[in-house]
Amino acid sequence: MSTPTVSSGSVTPNPATGPARPGGGGPRRSVRRRWLGKNPLGLVLSAPYLAFVLLVFAYPLVFAFYMSFHDYFFAAPGAVVDRPFVGLANFQEVLSDPAIIRSFGNVGIFLLINVPLTVILSLVLATALNKVVHARTFLRVAFYVPYVTASVAVVGVWIFLFSGNGLVNQILGPLAPDPAWLINEQWAMPTIAIFVTWKGLGFFILLYLAALQNVSEELYEAAATDGAGKIRMFFSITVPGVRPATVLVLLLATVTGANLFTEPYLLTGGGGPNGASSSPVLLMYQRGIEQGAPDIAAAIGVILVIGVLILAFIQRKLAGGDDS
Amino acid sequence: MQRRTRIHPTNRQTRRRHTRMLAAAATSAAMIVALGACSAGGSSGGAESRGDITIWYSNNENEVLWGKQMVEAWNAENPDEQVKAQEIPAGKSSEEVIGAAITAGNAPCLVFNTAPVAVPQFQKQGGLVDLSSFEDGDSYIQERTGDLADQYQSDDGKFYQMPWKSNPVMLFYNKDLFAAAGLDPENPALATHEEFTATARTLVASGAAEYAIYPSPTSQFFQSWFDFYPTYAAETDGTLFIEDGAATFNSDEGVEVGEFWKTLYAEGLAGKEQYQGDSFADGKAAMSSAGPWAVSVYKDAVNWGAVPFPTSTGVAPEEAYTFSDAKNVGLFTACENQATAWDVLKFATSEEQDGQLLELTGQMPLRTDLTGAYPDYFEANPAYEQFGDQASRTVEVPQVANSVAAWQAFRDAWTKSVITGEGDIADAFDAAAAKVDELIAQP
Repeated sequence: MSTPTVSSGSVTPNPATGPARPGGGGPRRSVRRRWLGKNPLGLVLSAPYLAFVLLVFAYPLVFAFYMSFHDYFFAAPGAVVDRPFVGLANFQEVLSDPAIIRSFGNVGIFLLINVPLTVILSLVLATALNKVVHARTFLRVAFYVPYVTASVAVVGVWIFLFSGNGLVNQILGPLAPDPAWLINEQWAMPTIAIFVTWKGLGFFILLYLAALQNVSEELYEAAATDGAGKIRMFFSITVPGVRPATVLVLLLATVTGANLFTEPYLLTGGGGPNGASSSPVLLMYQRGIEQGAPDIAAAIGVILVIGVLILAFIQRKLAGGDDS
Repeated sequence: MQRRTRIHPTNRQTRRRHTRMLAAAATSAAMIVALGACSAGGSSGGAESRGDITIWYSNNENEVLWGKQMVEAWNAENPDEQVKAQEIPAGKSSEEVIGAAITAGNAPCLVFNTAPVAVPQFQKQGGLVDLSSFEDGDSYIQERTGDLADQYQSDDGKFYQMPWKSNPVMLFYNKDLFAAAGLDPENPALATHEEFTATARTLVASGAAEYAIYPSPTSQFFQSWFDFYPTYAAETDGTLFIEDGAATFNSDEGVEVGEFWKTLYAEGLAGKEQYQGDSFADGKAAMSSAGPWAVSVYKDAVNWGAVPFPTSTGVAPEEAYTFSDAKNVGLFTACENQATAWDVLKFATSEEQDGQLLELTGQMPLRTDLTGAYPDYFEANPAYEQFGDQASRTVEVPQVANSVAAWQAFRDAWTKSVITGEGDIADAFDAAAAKVDELIAQP
């Protein structure tokens, strides 16, 4: 291994890389190294990714903040337009619009159902899949297929399943809700939450399966020797053993859930019925793109980002993210 | 005991790291700027400039045929001013694609699929050329389209779009399903709200169709153009959604239209759930609201007839109004050769090219005395004649600021009070009208 050795108070150069040459290359080399580091090629190789992050994440985020404080609309290059600073007016408009407030409430309901369901189901199924001997690959692929299938196609199937005359209602018979699931104000959002849970489950199962490989078999053997049952082992070994994965699943499920768009757009035909399944991102699309008010859309987005950050912080604290 | 030593980066090391990060950021920023420079290539063109231009047309199969022959005809006659054409790039809607192209500065010269509802927004973006600024702009449009052209003038009295073609929405009905329900398929009783409701009840009660009619019940702003607006236009003899800077739909006539549809939904005569597919072609519904584009679509699928939308008292078909469902042509400011674009626009809307449009697509050019201008076509295609006649009595989406937001406000009130049947329609329409008035008063 050609690593430098650390001794008390000094760093000794590795003989394989040769002795340090005091002043070798002179001040020009020193300046170049200061600017470009030891490996200038690394800088070049990392620049495209950094550019991607700056271009696709950082710049739009900063620009969204800018838009949310201005009377902003998209205009042709060279068009002379007035986009005055309006302070918190856009936020005031957002927070006084019942439709937008409702959309945040809807996404709250969605997260309350979707996130715990995702964590519990994916952990339980991953644990079960980890033990399965026969048809393991088939089962893993079966759970993963909905995740990689285009939402548009899957949504069509769910509309068929959950329509008034659909398979689900036929099975439920007199217990079926009226009006049907997707046009029922009480059931529209829970149905979407279940749909999203089902669709994303394959991905989260994979995360847990990977995490389960790091839980030592010896722990289970020791617990079995001590007389622990399967349930006790699950809660005392598996759950704490995959805690880092749980923190990640919680975070990813919350972030993707807060960005809910496709399902209310397609499954419930634009956030219906009567806005019962509208989401902040759907309203951002309507206001920002359809209605030409990107300033209002940006204000919704900023509030959403802050909300998700707060949620992520709370989850990290509660789920022990600091320990992981 | 050996003392553990932690290696702290010195200030100089920290500075160097920061410097390197800055260098990486600068490199990245340079790349972004370079990319930005590539995308922001649009520039305001000159009204007098001539040369090659690019146009977009709809991806509808028949319109592609029309577009190709039009471009071919123009290019053959104008070797120095060639037209390059392509279908509108894919997106959630054409309006979104055009809006994005305006912002990026790479909109084409002409788009032969510009929705009138989007024009005020494109105008606000500074994306559209004022056609009235051409010497013969106003006169050409008014001579070709007549009084109907007034509906396409913007707030400032200018034309930012060329009225091109309409698809007057009518009630298609399935003659076979009507016959199966014991109704007269040649003279269906659909003239009044009362007759329509009674016919709808018979259709469903007889089991001939699961639903009498199935307009999309979803919440998108434009869905009201195919249930409320044609019925309202018929009921009011052509009153626009907004007139003289105020919403009109909260009138007695508007509420009557709402009550008519509410009955259909409440009695299960109209479908409340989103349907995957074409309910009319599938025989799920016995009626449908559609324009003449549907003639070729249903030609072999349904034995159909078409009538105007019903009113409370009944109106003669030759006096009935409906929604135009027009698509127009916009000339965009990113165009460098606007003089050529204007000439191409006039060429594409000439009597000859309008005839080609009619022949190839079955859609109605927005031109005066349509049936008189193309008698041979309507004689050979009698199915289109009533649409040709109806095209002269249409209402358009008003050209006001925040038009899409206004329609969304109405749609929200409609889905709640009419489709779901919650609350009082008059109250819901009054609240929506107040919101619409506020929206259109904003710049």
